[in-house]
Amino acid sequence: MTELLLKEYTATSCVGQGRLATLDALRAQRGGLAPCAFERAEIDTWTGEVNGVDDERLPESLRRFDCRNNRLAQLALRQDGFLEAVAQAAGRWGRRRVGVFLGTSTSGILQTELAYRHRDPTGTLPADFDYAGSQNSFSVADFVRRALDLDGPAVVICSACSSSAKVFGSARRMMDADLIDAAVVGGVDSLCLTTLYGFHALQLTSQGPCKPFDSKRDGISISEAAAFALLERVPDSLDADAIRLLGVGESSDAYHMSSPHPEGQGARSAMLAALAAAELSPEDIGYINLHGTGTPSNDSAESRAVASVFGSAVGGSSTKGATGHALGAAGALEAVICSLALQHDFAPGGINTRQLDPALGIQYLVENRPGRMRYALSNSFGFGGTNCSLLLGRAG
Amino acid sequence: MGKLTAHIEGMGLLGPGLDGWANSVAVLQGRSPYLRQSTVVPMPDGLPPAERRRLGLVVKLALSVGLQATSKAGVDPDALPAVFASSGGDGQNCHEICQALANDEKLISPTRFHNSVHNAAAGYWSIATRSKAASNALCAFDWSFAAGLLEAVTQVAVDRTRVLLVAYDAPYPQPLFDKRPISEAFGVAFVLAPSGAPVGGLPGATSMTADGIGRLTLRLDDAPADRMDNAELEALRASIPAARALPLLQRLAAGSAGVVNIDYLDGRSLAVEVAPCS
Repeated sequence: MTELLLKEYTATSCVGQGRLATLDALRAQRGGLAPCAFERAEIDTWTGEVNGVDDERLPESLRRFDCRNNRLAQLALRQDGFLEAVAQAAGRWGRRRVGVFLGTSTSGILQTELAYRHRDPTGTLPADFDYAGSQNSFSVADFVRRALDLDGPAVVICSACSSSAKVFGSARRMMDADLIDAAVVGGVDSLCLTTLYGFHALQLTSQGPCKPFDSKRDGISISEAAAFALLERVPDSLDADAIRLLGVGESSDAYHMSSPHPEGQGARSAMLAALAAAELSPEDIGYINLHGTGTPSNDSAESRAVASVFGSAVGGSSTKGATGHALGAAGALEAVICSLALQHDFAPGGINTRQLDPALGIQYLVENRPGRMRYALSNSFGFGGTNCSLLLGRAG
Repeated sequence: MGKLTAHIEGMGLLGPGLDGWANSVAVLQGRSPYLRQSTVVPMPDGLPPAERRRLGLVVKLALSVGLQATSKAGVDPDALPAVFASSGGDGQNCHEICQALANDEKLISPTRFHNSVHNAAAGYWSIATRSKAASNALCAFDWSFAAGLLEAVTQVAVDRTRVLLVAYDAPYPQPLFDKRPISEAFGVAFVLAPSGAPVGGLPGATSMTADGIGRLTLRLDDAPADRMDNAELEALRASIPAARALPLLQRLAAGSAGVVNIDYLDGRSLAVEVAPCS
């Protein structure tokens, strides 16, 4: 496939705001999870809440988009000179030639949950509840395109936990179709009761900080995050540590709505498709950022898929022990983590994992592993059996 | 990169008084009167009994129009990439969850939760058809149909693959209906194929003789969206995001060449040039 340049990128999660804070946390193997104290949730689990979201104020002209998800989006957009980079791209290509492709799973549903608590005696929702500005899945892309003053194609991919990996694929196709010259891609998902109580109902929430690939792993730690990248075509010359998107692999399990295929068939074909798109072999890959949610079934299925493609030759880890599972934002967040790993010459080790499950036959990193790498793969899988693998590479 | 062009090989349609594409052509041509009746959504084939019990109206709608389209195209869905476009997904399910979470117990069932994902229709489609091909589930509010068409035709043109597009929406119950008054259930589906490609050489092909309904070429435009002449059909178009497809369906039913503008983002539109297949 046509390669694309990650011209700029940024991430904000419970481990920190912006690239530097994220890098520091990864280097120090420091996590951001804490016992759940969100809203009216009474669940014995840990979550990854982003500091400062409540204090974020949207501009007056965009007040109808006010909700936790869009506040988180704005907080993340303000980091790392991302706004300036997008403004430059819009100046260079024209605001109609810059598209917006974002992933979310629950958008601003928290606003609807709150509105249902404030129904009047006749059952009517409060007058200030704005459906399009908060609950509708498109809200985050509509907000971001207005905040960035862009007028290119815009869409939200809403395929649960693969959402913000798949946006890279949509942006790549629009670029190839010559509809755009640059794309803002990313993911934004924020804490809400729907996901906390939903995963709890499925008995998939961990009682402590999640422990991916541990023998005693007991579920996910739900978190929130926003991550963005500005994609452009690859210019003639690049710095050696520039990051390129080289492959996107997508598949469906055709198996079950909320459980992965036990052998990881869909995961395997997504990884193989990403390798094929990049015209690379398994041995070229230096690091795999695993989906690694910390549920017994995901880590088991994913390890079978990874072992079937890579054996135990390639080191991988789940960074969800540190960041939690940011659901629809996980794909973009972990693409940023892979980019940081490639640029700063280390494969991040997973945290919280004390006793590696011997049944999971892959090379799982629990310590940071220094060393220059050329290519990294990032896995994102979701409910409905939707799978997406991204392949990223350093230029030189 | 050449034009954003795709051939329509099959279509599906379910809406109020619009029961299948073949049964709706005369109404869309203006030769038969439009009789508005509630949308009739059948139980789609292919799902195991346990999954059938879990289906909401919205997923039945999406699967039914998708199966109509693949059946008309004579295409085996099991290797067919798919794009599912919807503004709100399963509104009834969303209401039940928000209502439960407003109570102190906050009890929601596992099935309710996994049905709440926007890609529920894509997931059930993949299970029902055993399709392991990639699927996309997208949303662009009132412009979800145009966004889905753009995504699907881009896949066809760039990746040279056959693609299924399914666009669907259904009403929210109260109190959300007051805030988002989608009037009726409406679903439309297209099997789209690359222009000029040999039919048998494409993923999902089982037939060498699939006859085309028309050829579409897309471009982004500034002209306002076309409206329907029939006031009742225009009311559907204006009140259901998936029914924003109606001007395109009318043009295809007419069987004549021309350009149709469909709602896309604020103040823009998607211009769809329609050419009948010879």
